[in-house]
Amino acid sequence: MLEIKDLHATVQGKEILKGVNLTVNPGEVHAIMGPNGSGKSTLSYVLAGRDGYEVTGGRIIYMGEDLTELDPEERAAKGIFLAFQYPVEIPGVPNSTFLNEAVNAVRRYRGEDELDKIQFVKMLRAKTKELNMSDEMLKRAVNVGFSGGEKKRNEVLQMAVLEPKLSILDETDSGLDIDALKIVSEGVNALRSPERSSLVITHYQRLLDYIVPDKVHVLAQGRIQKTGGKELALELEKNGYADFTGEEAA
Amino acid sequence: MSATAETVEQVKSISGEKYKYGFVTDIAADKAPKGLSEDIVRFISAKKGEPEWLLEWRLKAYRRWLEMPEPKWSKVDFPPIDYQQYHYYSAPKSDDDRPKSLDEVDPELLATYEKLGIPIKEQEVLAGVAVDYVFDSVSVATTFKKKLEEVGVIFCPISEALERCPDLVRKYLGTVVPVADNKHACLNSAVFTDGSFVYIPPGVRCPMELSTYFRINEMNTGQFERTLIVADKGSYVSYLEGCTAPMRDENQLHAAVVELVALDDAEIKYSTVQNWYPGDEEGKGGIYNFVTKRGACRGKNSKISWTQVETGSAITWKYPSCILQGDNSVGEFYSIAITNNAQQADTGTKMIHLGKNTTSRIISKGISAGKSDQTYRGLVKISPKAEGARNYTQCDSLLIGDKCGAHTVPYIESKNKNAIVEHEATTSTISEDQLFYLRQRGIPEEAAVALVVNGFCREVMQQLPMEFAVEAQKLVGISLEGSVG
Ligand SMILES: Nc1ncnc2c1ncn2[C@@H]1O[C@H](COP(=O)(O)OP(=O)(O)OP(=O)(O)O)[C@@H](O)[C@H]1O
Ligand SMILES: [Mg+2]
Repeated sequence: MLEIKDLHATVQGKEILKGVNLTVNPGEVHAIMGPNGSGKSTLSYVLAGRDGYEVTGGRIIYMGEDLTELDPEERAAKGIFLAFQYPVEIPGVPNSTFLNEAVNAVRRYRGEDELDKIQFVKMLRAKTKELNMSDEMLKRAVNVGFSGGEKKRNEVLQMAVLEPKLSILDETDSGLDIDALKIVSEGVNALRSPERSSLVITHYQRLLDYIVPDKVHVLAQGRIQKTGGKELALELEKNGYADFTGEEAA
Repeated sequence: MSATAETVEQVKSISGEKYKYGFVTDIAADKAPKGLSEDIVRFISAKKGEPEWLLEWRLKAYRRWLEMPEPKWSKVDFPPIDYQQYHYYSAPKSDDDRPKSLDEVDPELLATYEKLGIPIKEQEVLAGVAVDYVFDSVSVATTFKKKLEEVGVIFCPISEALERCPDLVRKYLGTVVPVADNKHACLNSAVFTDGSFVYIPPGVRCPMELSTYFRINEMNTGQFERTLIVADKGSYVSYLEGCTAPMRDENQLHAAVVELVALDDAEIKYSTVQNWYPGDEEGKGGIYNFVTKRGACRGKNSKISWTQVETGSAITWKYPSCILQGDNSVGEFYSIAITNNAQQADTGTKMIHLGKNTTSRIISKGISAGKSDQTYRGLVKISPKAEGARNYTQCDSLLIGDKCGAHTVPYIESKNKNAIVEHEATTSTISEDQLFYLRQRGIPEEAAVALVVNGFCREVMQQLPMEFAVEAQKLVGISLEGSVG
């Protein structure tokens, strides 16, 4: 599904990723943990192709294809989805209009027929219901005036609607109450299938009780420092990241 | 009969004998000779078979025009206009000169119609294809006409109104925009050749938007349009001018005048979509659009609402205004102005509060891209007698790229210390965060820009009649093509 090889990336001339190696097989869920500022969000932006995040070395292979030259919208159309750590507000654009545009843009890119209004609304209603979200949120402008938790839930709704092959969730659990955490986790688990994979970036072991990962990685100092099973998350919760940051400093 | 055919008929019906002004141009000519003079004004009036009073009115305007200076206060920049290089009258094109089918029409134009989702039949009308609409639009138009007649609404070319109801025209023409209001309006008064007249009788709610009919039948693309709308007591009308499809015209200079009169308890809603040819990337060949639009809320509890979407023209100079004379009258101005490439727009409104408890609301959304430049210029004037007057103004500018400009020039003149005048202004850019977010969801960059801009304009878009709002939203995207990346 995803193969990251010796990936180096800079932001505004500063090297943030310093040789990341990571392989995610179809059907797997991987968790990425690591201290603040270690490059987790940077990695997600690089995977999504954000302008200004320059790949200076290494390769990203997604479903057998090198992504480096592709625009963000092309990557999205090929099934890469990023749930943002800080979802962006789009004033005046109703959530449902935005989702409709996104779904049809992706379908056009893939050479599929666009959904008409009725088909779309039907699909959207069903997804909203699954996630226990109110229809009222669909009419409101994208993320404008949403609470922190509502924004995160809205990210998961978008994911459910777009049904990506590779989902990258950047701290989607932060700021969620217990019930929302369950709903969001169910949303992610609902997409679990042998053809789909997820990268879940989190600071809290708790999320991994709901979304049980196949692997847990520690990203620190711009590199994957350690990889283990889900027990690694428990270990980190106890000991913190001192081991990894210390090593690097020495 | 279509509007063009009507005009042709009318021109044909004017015999040489009626002509008695000792003017040398052949009255049967399709075109007046280049240039402007008293004789040309007489020629136009004669061609139209107008009553004596109107000729005198035109001549008075012409004489005033000669003396008037060009308005210099707006922030638009263009070489001096050589008024002698234009033709001020030309008969409508005959079918022989028109394309026979859409195959003969500029493919670029058709591509745009396509993007706007305009049906083939309408595309043909818009592109000026010489087709016979006996079974289609004419019968539709006839149905409309019948419906309007049943309730006593008069809606016709202004030249026809001069025959059908000369007293009404004479009573109101030039009472809102006086002959010598400004140089452009003055020129229009002297030489106007096209335009519509609308009269809604007391207590009548006009049974349809005066747009559906208009789009099919009444393509007012004249150079010097003159429109007069009178809503009698307790009546209502919604009028839509213009078209989202790009309009090309060989005439560079356009100076229209629109006058609205609302009597007691009457309401006029006037919506415009203006998409004249903006010229090439440098603005060459684009239209100069110098428009004077003004509404008089003459009666108590009357209301006039202007909504405009301005995307075309090389230069736009336009300030739809309301004179709030009647007590409790309401004026509204909702505007979207988009400029791209080398376009310049200086637009805004004037709200003149004269009556008691008059209220006005101004919502202006300006979007500049490319190296374009735009100015919002607004005046809110409150007279000493306007007890209880209120105004709310909100001006938002959105910049795309770093070579464009946006300016907000609000003038407030309040002579009543109890009046409440509120003004809010913002300037923003489309953030990289927003674009990346939308693109990450699969929306291509240009579509993402269009989406953000439509969101920015939403409040104004919602004022447009439904079917037009859909087209206008697409138009936003088309106008901004090439503004990113
Ligand atoms: N645009 C930028 N300009 C300069 N530095 C940047 C920029 N974006 C990110 N950085 C830096 O890159 C480093 C990695 O940031 P990143 O957001 O990837 O961390 P993170 O692992 O996601 O942290 P957190 O857990 O706090 O979300 C930080 O030191 C940050 O300051
Ligand atoms: Mg982060």
